[in-house]
Amino acid sequence: MKEQAAAPGTLGFCLALLRRQLTLAARRPIEIGNPLLFFMMVVALFPLGLGPSPEKLAGFAPGILWIIALLSNLLTSDTVFRSDFEDGSLEQLLLAPQPLFLSVLAYIAAHWLITGLLLALVSPVFALMINLPAVAIGTLVASLLLGTAVLSLVGGIGAALTVGLKRGGMLISLLILPFYMPVLIFGSAAVQNAVLGVPPGPYLAIIAAMLCLAVALAPLAIAAGLRISVDA
Amino acid sequence: MWSFFHKLGSPPWLYRIAGTIVRWLLPVTLVALCVGLVWGLLYTAPDFRQGNSYRIIYIHVPAAVVALAGYYVMAIAGAVSLIWKMKMADVAMKSCAPIGAALTFIALVTGAIWGKPTWGTWWVWDARITSMLILLFLYLGVVALYEAYDNKEAAGKACAVLTLVGTVNIPIIYKSVDWWYSLHQPASIKFTGDSTIDPSMLYPLLLMIAAFYGVFTCCLLMNMRAEILEREARTNWVKKLALEYRA
Repeated sequence: MKEQAAAPGTLGFCLALLRRQLTLAARRPIEIGNPLLFFMMVVALFPLGLGPSPEKLAGFAPGILWIIALLSNLLTSDTVFRSDFEDGSLEQLLLAPQPLFLSVLAYIAAHWLITGLLLALVSPVFALMINLPAVAIGTLVASLLLGTAVLSLVGGIGAALTVGLKRGGMLISLLILPFYMPVLIFGSAAVQNAVLGVPPGPYLAIIAAMLCLAVALAPLAIAAGLRISVDA
Repeated sequence: MWSFFHKLGSPPWLYRIAGTIVRWLLPVTLVALCVGLVWGLLYTAPDFRQGNSYRIIYIHVPAAVVALAGYYVMAIAGAVSLIWKMKMADVAMKSCAPIGAALTFIALVTGAIWGKPTWGTWWVWDARITSMLILLFLYLGVVALYEAYDNKEAAGKACAVLTLVGTVNIPIIYKSVDWWYSLHQPASIKFTGDSTIDPSMLYPLLLMIAAFYGVFTCCLLMNMRAEILEREARTNWVKKLALEYRA
Protein backbone atom coordinates (compact mmCIF):
# COMPACT_ATOMS: atom_id res chain seq x y z
CA MET A 1 0.00 0.00 0.00
CA LYS A 2 1.18 3.48 -0.81
CA GLU A 3 1.92 5.79 2.08
CA GLN A 4 -0.27 8.85 1.98
CA ALA A 5 1.39 12.17 2.69
CA ALA A 6 -1.54 13.89 4.36
CA ALA A 7 -4.94 12.91 5.70
CA PRO A 8 -7.53 13.02 2.91
CA GLY A 9 -9.83 16.01 2.75
CA THR A 10 -13.45 15.67 3.72
CA LEU A 11 -14.68 15.08 0.20
CA GLY A 12 -11.94 12.59 -0.58
CA PHE A 13 -12.67 10.80 2.68
CA CYS A 14 -16.36 10.49 1.89
CA LEU A 15 -15.68 9.29 -1.64
CA ALA A 16 -13.26 6.71 -0.27
CA LEU A 17 -15.91 5.56 2.21
CA LEU A 18 -18.47 5.33 -0.57
CA ARG A 19 -16.09 3.34 -2.72
CA ARG A 20 -15.28 1.06 0.19
CA GLN A 21 -18.95 0.34 0.85
CA LEU A 22 -19.62 -0.32 -2.81
CA THR A 23 -16.57 -2.57 -3.11
CA LEU A 24 -17.66 -4.52 -0.05
CA ALA A 25 -21.09 -4.97 -1.61
CA ALA A 26 -19.63 -5.94 -4.98
CA ARG A 27 -17.54 -8.65 -3.33
CA ARG A 28 -20.73 -10.27 -2.10
CA PRO A 29 -23.06 -9.92 -5.07
CA ILE A 30 -25.62 -12.21 -3.48
CA GLU A 31 -26.27 -9.48 -0.89
CA ILE A 32 -27.16 -7.12 -3.72
CA GLY A 33 -29.32 -9.72 -5.40
CA ASN A 34 -31.24 -10.72 -2.29
CA PRO A 35 -33.47 -7.61 -2.03
CA LEU A 36 -34.33 -7.92 -5.71
CA LEU A 37 -35.12 -11.60 -5.28
CA PHE A 38 -37.24 -10.70 -2.28
CA PHE A 39 -39.05 -8.08 -4.35
CA MET A 40 -39.80 -10.63 -7.06
CA MET A 41 -40.99 -13.29 -4.63
CA VAL A 42 -43.36 -10.96 -2.82
CA VAL A 43 -44.70 -9.76 -6.17
CA ALA A 44 -45.43 -13.40 -6.90
CA LEU A 45 -47.30 -13.72 -3.61
CA PHE A 46 -49.95 -11.18 -4.54
CA PRO A 47 -51.46 -12.96 -7.56
CA LEU A 48 -51.53 -16.10 -5.41
CA GLY A 49 -53.27 -14.29 -2.57
CA LEU A 50 -55.54 -11.91 -4.46
CA GLY A 51 -56.29 -14.15 -7.44
CA PRO A 52 -54.70 -13.80 -10.87
CA SER A 53 -57.38 -11.58 -12.43
CA PRO A 54 -55.43 -8.87 -14.36
CA GLU A 55 -57.92 -6.06 -13.68
CA LYS A 56 -57.87 -6.61 -9.93
CA LEU A 57 -54.07 -6.75 -9.86
CA ALA A 58 -53.80 -3.61 -11.96
CA GLY A 59 -55.93 -1.73 -9.44
CA PHE A 60 -53.72 -2.75 -6.54
CA ALA A 61 -50.43 -2.60 -8.45
CA PRO A 62 -49.22 0.90 -7.36
CA GLY A 63 -49.74 0.09 -3.70
CA ILE A 64 -48.31 -3.41 -3.99
CA LEU A 65 -45.13 -2.26 -5.68
CA TRP A 66 -44.58 0.53 -3.21
CA ILE A 67 -45.22 -1.63 -0.16
CA ILE A 68 -42.74 -4.23 -1.41
CA ALA A 69 -40.13 -1.58 -2.13
CA LEU A 70 -40.64 -0.31 1.42
CA LEU A 71 -40.33 -3.76 2.95
CA SER A 72 -37.20 -4.68 1.04
CA ASN A 73 -35.66 -1.38 2.09
CA LEU A 74 -36.65 -2.07 5.69
CA LEU A 75 -35.01 -5.50 5.64
CA THR A 76 -31.72 -4.20 4.27
CA SER A 77 -31.39 -1.03 6.34
CA ASP A 78 -30.75 -3.11 9.45
CA THR A 79 -27.38 -4.14 8.02
CA VAL A 80 -26.03 -0.70 7.01
CA PHE A 81 -23.84 -0.21 10.07
CA ARG A 82 -23.92 -3.68 11.62
CA SER A 83 -20.68 -5.24 10.31
CA ASP A 84 -18.70 -2.03 10.85
CA PHE A 85 -20.05 -1.82 14.36
CA GLU A 86 -19.02 -5.38 15.09
CA ASP A 87 -15.45 -5.12 13.77
CA GLY A 88 -14.85 -1.73 15.37
CA SER A 89 -14.36 0.34 12.25
CA LEU A 90 -17.39 2.41 13.18
CA GLU A 91 -15.56 3.55 16.28
CA GLN A 92 -12.67 4.69 14.09
CA LEU A 93 -15.12 6.59 11.93
CA LEU A 94 -16.45 8.45 14.96
CA LEU A 95 -12.90 9.39 15.95
CA ALA A 96 -11.96 10.59 12.47
CA PRO A 97 -11.53 14.36 12.08
CA GLN A 98 -13.93 14.48 9.13
CA PRO A 99 -17.49 15.57 10.00
CA LEU A 100 -19.66 12.57 10.82
CA PHE A 101 -22.59 14.22 9.04
CA LEU A 102 -20.91 13.70 5.67
CA SER A 103 -19.39 10.30 6.28
CA VAL A 104 -22.78 9.04 7.39
CA LEU A 105 -24.20 10.43 4.18
CA ALA A 106 -21.66 8.32 2.28
CA TYR A 107 -22.89 5.17 4.02
CA ILE A 108 -26.48 6.00 3.18
CA ALA A 109 -25.62 6.88 -0.40
CA ALA A 110 -23.93 3.50 -0.80
CA HIS A 111 -26.98 1.77 0.68
CA TRP A 112 -29.28 3.61 -1.67
CA LEU A 113 -27.15 2.84 -4.72
CA ILE A 114 -27.15 -0.86 -3.87
CA THR A 115 -30.84 -1.21 -2.95
CA GLY A 116 -33.04 1.72 -3.96
CA LEU A 117 -31.49 2.60 -7.27
CA LEU A 118 -31.34 -1.00 -8.48
CA LEU A 119 -34.86 -1.62 -7.27
CA ALA A 120 -36.19 1.42 -9.10
CA LEU A 121 -34.40 0.42 -12.28
CA VAL A 122 -35.75 -3.14 -12.34
CA SER A 123 -39.23 -2.20 -11.07
CA PRO A 124 -40.72 -1.88 -14.60
CA VAL A 125 -40.27 -5.64 -15.02
CA PHE A 126 -42.21 -6.35 -11.85
CA ALA A 127 -44.76 -3.70 -12.78
CA LEU A 128 -45.48 -5.60 -15.99
CA MET A 129 -45.77 -8.86 -14.04
CA ILE A 130 -48.66 -7.49 -12.01
CA ASN A 131 -50.17 -5.62 -14.89
CA LEU A 132 -49.52 -2.00 -13.96
CA PRO A 133 -50.66 0.12 -16.94
CA ALA A 134 -47.66 1.08 -19.07
CA VAL A 135 -48.39 4.83 -18.85
CA ALA A 136 -47.58 4.76 -15.13
CA ILE A 137 -44.23 3.02 -15.38
CA GLY A 138 -42.19 6.21 -15.81
CA THR A 139 -43.84 7.69 -12.72
CA LEU A 140 -43.23 4.47 -10.81
CA VAL A 141 -39.51 4.60 -11.53
CA ALA A 142 -39.28 8.31 -10.72
CA SER A 143 -41.24 7.96 -7.47
CA LEU A 144 -39.15 4.96 -6.43
CA LEU A 145 -35.90 6.76 -7.22
CA LEU A 146 -36.86 9.69 -5.00
CA GLY A 147 -38.77 7.71 -2.41
CA THR A 148 -36.24 4.96 -1.74
CA ALA A 149 -33.62 7.64 -1.05
CA VAL A 150 -35.88 9.02 1.68
CA LEU A 151 -36.43 5.48 2.96
CA SER A 152 -32.68 4.82 3.09
CA LEU A 153 -32.07 8.02 5.04
CA VAL A 154 -34.87 7.37 7.51
CA GLY A 155 -33.94 3.70 7.77
CA GLY A 156 -30.41 4.80 8.62
CA ILE A 157 -31.77 6.51 11.74
CA GLY A 158 -33.35 3.28 12.90
CA ALA A 159 -30.21 1.33 12.01
CA ALA A 160 -28.00 3.75 13.94
CA LEU A 161 -30.21 3.59 17.03
CA THR A 162 -30.46 -0.20 17.09
CA VAL A 163 -27.03 -1.26 15.80
CA GLY A 164 -25.74 -1.98 19.31
CA LEU A 165 -28.72 -4.12 20.27
CA LYS A 166 -28.70 -7.88 19.96
CA ARG A 167 -32.35 -8.08 19.05
CA GLY A 168 -32.46 -5.16 16.66
CA GLY A 169 -34.30 -6.77 13.75
CA MET A 170 -37.90 -6.51 14.87
CA LEU A 171 -37.37 -3.28 16.77
CA ILE A 172 -36.09 -1.36 13.76
CA SER A 173 -39.36 -2.07 11.94
CA LEU A 174 -41.36 -0.72 14.86
CA LEU A 175 -39.22 2.40 15.01
CA ILE A 176 -39.07 3.41 11.38
CA LEU A 177 -42.26 2.12 9.78
CA PRO A 178 -44.22 5.12 11.13
CA PHE A 179 -41.78 7.37 9.28
CA TYR A 180 -42.05 5.32 6.10
CA MET A 181 -45.80 5.83 5.96
CA PRO A 182 -45.83 9.39 4.54
CA VAL A 183 -43.46 8.30 1.76
CA LEU A 184 -45.71 5.35 0.98
CA ILE A 185 -48.79 7.59 0.86
CA PHE A 186 -47.32 10.04 -1.62
CA GLY A 187 -45.37 7.45 -3.59
CA SER A 188 -48.33 5.22 -4.31
CA ALA A 189 -50.58 8.26 -4.84
CA ALA A 190 -48.21 9.50 -7.56
CA VAL A 191 -48.38 6.16 -9.37
CA GLN A 192 -52.14 5.92 -8.92
CA ASN A 193 -52.60 9.38 -10.39
CA ALA A 194 -50.42 8.46 -13.33
CA VAL A 195 -52.62 5.41 -13.92
CA LEU A 196 -55.72 7.64 -13.92
CA GLY A 197 -54.09 10.11 -16.29
CA VAL A 198 -53.75 12.89 -13.70
CA PRO A 199 -50.34 14.60 -13.76
CA PRO A 200 -48.36 13.09 -10.85
CA GLY A 201 -45.98 16.06 -10.64
CA PRO A 202 -47.24 17.50 -7.33
CA TYR A 203 -46.85 14.17 -5.56
CA LEU A 204 -43.33 13.71 -6.91
CA ALA A 205 -42.57 17.26 -5.81
CA ILE A 206 -43.71 16.45 -2.27
CA ILE A 207 -41.50 13.34 -2.19
CA ALA A 208 -38.62 15.47 -3.46
CA ALA A 209 -39.34 17.96 -0.65
CA MET A 210 -39.27 15.09 1.85
CA LEU A 211 -35.93 14.05 0.37
CA CYS A 212 -34.53 17.55 0.87
CA LEU A 213 -35.70 17.55 4.47
CA ALA A 214 -34.32 14.07 5.06
CA VAL A 215 -30.92 14.85 3.50
CA ALA A 216 -30.63 17.91 5.70
CA LEU A 217 -31.81 16.41 8.98
CA ALA A 218 -31.53 12.62 8.96
CA PRO A 219 -27.69 12.53 9.00
CA LEU A 220 -27.79 14.57 12.22
CA ALA A 221 -30.01 11.97 13.85
CA ILE A 222 -27.96 9.11 12.39
CA ALA A 223 -24.72 10.64 13.68
CA ALA A 224 -26.25 11.14 17.14
CA GLY A 225 -27.61 7.58 17.09
CA LEU A 226 -24.23 6.11 16.15
CA ARG A 227 -22.51 7.99 18.97
CA ILE A 228 -25.07 6.65 21.43
CA SER A 229 -24.77 3.10 20.12
CA VAL A 230 -20.99 3.10 20.21
CA ASP A 231 -20.88 4.61 23.71
CA ALA A 232 -23.44 2.20 25.13
CA MET B 1 -33.90 32.46 39.56
CA TRP B 2 -31.45 30.01 38.00
CA SER B 3 -31.21 28.06 41.23
CA PHE B 4 -34.68 26.77 40.38
CA PHE B 5 -33.28 25.35 37.16
CA HIS B 6 -30.43 23.70 39.05
CA LYS B 7 -32.74 22.20 41.62
CA LEU B 8 -34.72 20.57 38.82
CA GLY B 9 -31.69 18.39 38.28
CA SER B 10 -31.74 17.12 41.84
CA PRO B 11 -33.71 13.88 42.24
CA PRO B 12 -34.71 14.28 45.94
CA TRP B 13 -35.88 17.85 45.36
CA LEU B 14 -37.85 16.91 42.27
CA TYR B 15 -39.29 13.88 44.03
CA ARG B 16 -40.52 16.04 46.88
CA ILE B 17 -41.84 18.93 44.79
CA ALA B 18 -43.60 16.53 42.40
CA GLY B 19 -45.27 14.94 45.41
CA THR B 20 -46.47 18.32 46.66
CA ILE B 21 -47.81 19.31 43.24
CA VAL B 22 -49.69 16.02 42.85
CA ARG B 23 -51.18 16.39 46.32
CA TRP B 24 -52.74 19.73 45.30
CA LEU B 25 -53.38 19.12 41.63
CA LEU B 26 -54.97 15.68 41.89
CA PRO B 27 -58.06 16.72 43.91
CA VAL B 28 -58.60 19.79 41.71
CA THR B 29 -58.28 17.63 38.60
CA LEU B 30 -60.71 15.03 39.89
CA VAL B 31 -63.28 17.69 40.77
CA ALA B 32 -62.88 19.31 37.34
CA LEU B 33 -63.19 15.91 35.69
CA CYS B 34 -66.40 15.05 37.59
CA VAL B 35 -67.96 18.48 37.02
CA GLY B 36 -66.98 18.47 33.36
CA LEU B 37 -68.32 14.96 32.76
CA VAL B 38 -71.63 15.57 34.51
CA TRP B 39 -72.03 18.98 32.85
CA GLY B 40 -71.12 17.70 29.42
CA LEU B 41 -72.90 14.35 29.52
CA LEU B 42 -76.10 15.37 31.34
CA TYR B 43 -76.70 19.11 31.22
CA THR B 44 -75.79 20.29 27.73
CA ALA B 45 -78.39 20.42 24.97
CA PRO B 46 -78.28 17.56 22.44
CA ASP B 47 -76.81 18.40 19.05
CA PHE B 48 -79.51 19.17 16.49
CA ARG B 49 -78.10 16.75 13.96
CA GLN B 50 -76.21 14.16 15.98
CA GLY B 51 -78.56 14.03 18.97
CA ASN B 52 -76.93 12.64 22.05
CA SER B 53 -74.13 10.72 20.39
CA TYR B 54 -72.00 13.86 20.09
CA ARG B 55 -71.49 13.86 23.86
CA ILE B 56 -68.49 11.59 23.47
CA ILE B 57 -66.74 14.77 22.31
CA TYR B 58 -66.16 15.51 26.00
CA ILE B 59 -63.76 12.56 26.15
CA HIS B 60 -62.59 12.28 22.56
CA VAL B 61 -61.37 15.83 21.99
CA PRO B 62 -59.59 16.32 25.34
CA ALA B 63 -57.82 12.96 24.99
CA ALA B 64 -56.69 13.79 21.45
CA VAL B 65 -55.56 17.32 22.36
CA VAL B 66 -53.55 16.16 25.34
CA ALA B 67 -52.12 13.19 23.44
CA LEU B 68 -50.60 15.62 20.93
CA ALA B 69 -49.47 18.06 23.61
CA GLY B 70 -47.91 15.15 25.47
CA TYR B 71 -45.71 14.46 22.49
CA TYR B 72 -44.40 18.02 22.66
CA VAL B 73 -43.67 17.60 26.35
CA MET B 74 -41.82 14.40 25.57
CA ALA B 75 -39.87 16.00 22.71
CA ILE B 76 -38.91 19.07 24.75
CA ALA B 77 -37.84 16.86 27.65
CA GLY B 78 -35.84 14.75 25.21
CA ALA B 79 -34.15 17.82 23.75
CA VAL B 80 -33.30 19.12 27.23
CA SER B 81 -31.82 15.79 28.25
CA LEU B 82 -29.73 15.62 25.06
CA ILE B 83 -28.51 19.21 25.16
CA TRP B 84 -27.97 19.82 28.88
CA LYS B 85 -27.53 16.14 29.86
CA MET B 86 -30.19 16.59 32.50
CA LYS B 87 -31.05 13.24 34.06
CA MET B 88 -34.43 14.40 35.29
CA ALA B 89 -35.47 15.51 31.80
CA ASP B 90 -34.70 11.98 30.74
CA VAL B 91 -36.98 10.70 33.51
CA ALA B 92 -39.73 13.04 32.31
CA MET B 93 -39.37 11.88 28.72
CA LYS B 94 -39.44 8.21 29.63
CA SER B 95 -42.51 8.73 31.84
CA CYS B 96 -44.39 10.58 29.10
CA ALA B 97 -44.45 7.79 26.56
CA PRO B 98 -46.89 5.31 28.16
CA ILE B 99 -49.30 8.09 29.20
CA GLY B 100 -49.25 9.56 25.71
CA ALA B 101 -49.81 6.14 24.20
CA ALA B 102 -52.79 5.57 26.51
CA LEU B 103 -54.34 8.95 25.64
CA THR B 104 -53.84 8.37 21.92
CA PHE B 105 -55.47 4.98 22.30
CA ILE B 106 -58.42 6.54 24.15
CA ALA B 107 -58.78 9.15 21.40
CA LEU B 108 -58.79 6.45 18.71
CA VAL B 109 -61.26 4.20 20.53
CA THR B 110 -63.69 6.99 21.40
CA GLY B 111 -63.35 8.22 17.83
CA ALA B 112 -64.32 4.78 16.56
CA ILE B 113 -67.30 4.62 18.92
CA TRP B 114 -68.37 8.10 17.80
CA GLY B 115 -67.84 7.24 14.14
CA LYS B 116 -70.24 4.29 14.19
CA PRO B 117 -73.48 6.27 14.74
CA THR B 118 -72.41 9.42 12.85
CA TRP B 119 -70.37 8.16 9.88
CA GLY B 120 -71.82 4.64 9.90
CA THR B 121 -68.41 3.01 10.25
CA TRP B 122 -65.96 2.23 13.02
CA TRP B 123 -62.89 3.15 11.06
CA VAL B 124 -61.98 5.10 7.95
CA TRP B 125 -58.51 5.69 6.57
CA ASP B 126 -58.87 9.42 6.81
CA ALA B 127 -55.82 11.67 7.23
CA ARG B 128 -56.48 12.66 10.82
CA ILE B 129 -57.22 9.13 11.98
CA THR B 130 -54.25 7.64 10.15
CA SER B 131 -51.90 10.25 11.53
CA MET B 132 -53.20 9.66 15.07
CA LEU B 133 -52.51 5.96 14.52
CA ILE B 134 -48.97 6.88 13.50
CA LEU B 135 -48.71 8.93 16.70
CA LEU B 136 -49.64 5.81 18.66
CA PHE B 137 -46.88 3.89 16.84
CA LEU B 138 -44.39 6.65 17.65
CA TYR B 139 -45.22 6.47 21.35
CA LEU B 140 -45.03 2.67 21.33
CA GLY B 141 -41.74 2.83 19.41
CA VAL B 142 -40.23 4.98 22.15
CA VAL B 143 -41.41 2.53 24.82
CA ALA B 144 -40.05 -0.43 22.82
CA LEU B 145 -36.68 1.22 22.17
CA TYR B 146 -36.27 2.14 25.82
CA GLU B 147 -36.98 -1.41 26.91
CA ALA B 148 -34.57 -2.86 24.34
CA TYR B 149 -31.49 -1.17 25.79
CA ASP B 150 -29.85 -2.70 28.83
CA ASN B 151 -27.86 0.46 29.47
CA LYS B 152 -30.56 2.88 30.63
CA GLU B 153 -28.48 5.98 30.06
CA ALA B 154 -28.02 5.08 26.40
CA ALA B 155 -31.69 4.13 26.25
CA GLY B 156 -32.64 7.63 27.33
CA LYS B 157 -30.44 9.25 24.70
CA ALA B 158 -31.61 6.94 21.94
CA CYS B 159 -35.25 7.62 22.81
CA ALA B 160 -34.57 11.36 22.87
CA VAL B 161 -33.21 11.20 19.32
CA LEU B 162 -36.16 9.10 18.17
CA THR B 163 -38.61 11.48 19.84
CA LEU B 164 -37.07 14.51 18.17
CA VAL B 165 -37.21 12.81 14.78
CA GLY B 166 -40.88 12.07 15.46
CA THR B 167 -41.78 15.72 16.00
CA VAL B 168 -41.87 16.02 12.20
CA ASN B 169 -45.19 14.22 12.39
CA ILE B 170 -46.93 16.46 14.92
CA PRO B 171 -47.61 19.56 12.76
CA ILE B 172 -48.91 17.19 10.07
CA ILE B 173 -51.42 15.71 12.52
CA TYR B 174 -52.54 19.15 13.66
CA LYS B 175 -53.03 20.38 10.13
CA SER B 176 -54.25 17.13 8.55
CA VAL B 177 -57.92 18.09 8.85
CA ASP B 178 -57.32 21.37 7.07
CA TRP B 179 -55.07 20.02 4.34
CA TRP B 180 -57.03 16.91 3.45
CA TYR B 181 -60.71 17.63 3.75
CA SER B 182 -62.37 14.30 4.43
CA LEU B 183 -64.76 12.69 6.89
CA HIS B 184 -63.16 14.06 10.02
CA GLN B 185 -64.44 17.59 10.58
CA PRO B 186 -62.00 20.51 10.80
CA ALA B 187 -61.16 21.97 14.20
CA SER B 188 -64.16 23.70 15.81
CA ILE B 189 -62.25 25.52 18.52
CA LYS B 190 -60.09 28.33 17.26
CA PHE B 191 -57.77 30.60 19.18
CA THR B 192 -58.22 33.34 16.61
CA GLY B 193 -61.63 34.09 15.14
CA ASP B 194 -64.98 32.60 16.10
CA SER B 195 -65.28 29.00 17.17
CA THR B 196 -67.85 26.98 15.27
CA ILE B 197 -69.20 25.41 18.43
CA ASP B 198 -71.96 26.83 20.62
CA PRO B 199 -70.72 28.40 23.90
CA SER B 200 -73.03 26.14 25.95
CA MET B 201 -71.17 23.15 24.51
CA LEU B 202 -67.79 24.87 24.42
CA TYR B 203 -67.43 25.67 28.11
CA PRO B 204 -67.78 22.11 29.42
CA LEU B 205 -65.43 21.02 26.63
CA LEU B 206 -62.81 23.55 27.69
CA LEU B 207 -63.22 22.40 31.28
CA MET B 208 -62.69 18.79 30.19
CA ILE B 209 -59.59 19.73 28.20
CA ALA B 210 -58.19 21.47 31.27
CA ALA B 211 -59.07 18.44 33.39
CA PHE B 212 -57.30 16.11 30.95
CA TYR B 213 -54.21 18.30 31.10
CA GLY B 214 -54.45 17.89 34.87
CA VAL B 215 -54.75 14.12 34.54
CA PHE B 216 -51.75 14.07 32.23
CA THR B 217 -49.67 16.19 34.60
CA CYS B 218 -50.61 14.09 37.64
CA CYS B 219 -49.88 10.82 35.84
CA LEU B 220 -46.61 12.21 34.54
CA LEU B 221 -45.46 13.40 37.95
CA MET B 222 -46.46 10.16 39.65
CA ASN B 223 -44.70 8.15 36.94
CA MET B 224 -41.64 10.34 37.36
CA ARG B 225 -41.65 9.82 41.13
CA ALA B 226 -41.71 6.06 40.66
CA GLU B 227 -38.96 6.25 38.03
CA ILE B 228 -36.80 8.45 40.28
CA LEU B 229 -37.16 5.99 43.15
CA GLU B 230 -36.23 3.11 40.89
CA ARG B 231 -33.14 4.85 39.52
CA GLU B 232 -32.02 6.18 42.87
CA ALA B 233 -32.79 2.97 44.77
CA ARG B 234 -29.19 2.67 45.97
CA THR B 235 -28.86 6.18 47.35
CA ASN B 236 -29.16 7.13 50.98
CA TRP B 237 -32.14 9.44 50.67
CA VAL B 238 -34.27 6.70 49.11
CA LYS B 239 -33.21 4.23 51.78
CA LYS B 240 -34.12 6.76 54.45
CA LEU B 241 -37.47 7.34 52.76
CA ALA B 242 -38.17 3.62 52.69
CA LEU B 243 -37.33 3.33 56.39
CA GLU B 244 -39.62 6.26 57.20
CA TYR B 245 -42.49 4.57 55.37
CA ARG B 246 -41.94 1.35 57.25
CA ALA B 247 -41.92 3.13 60.60
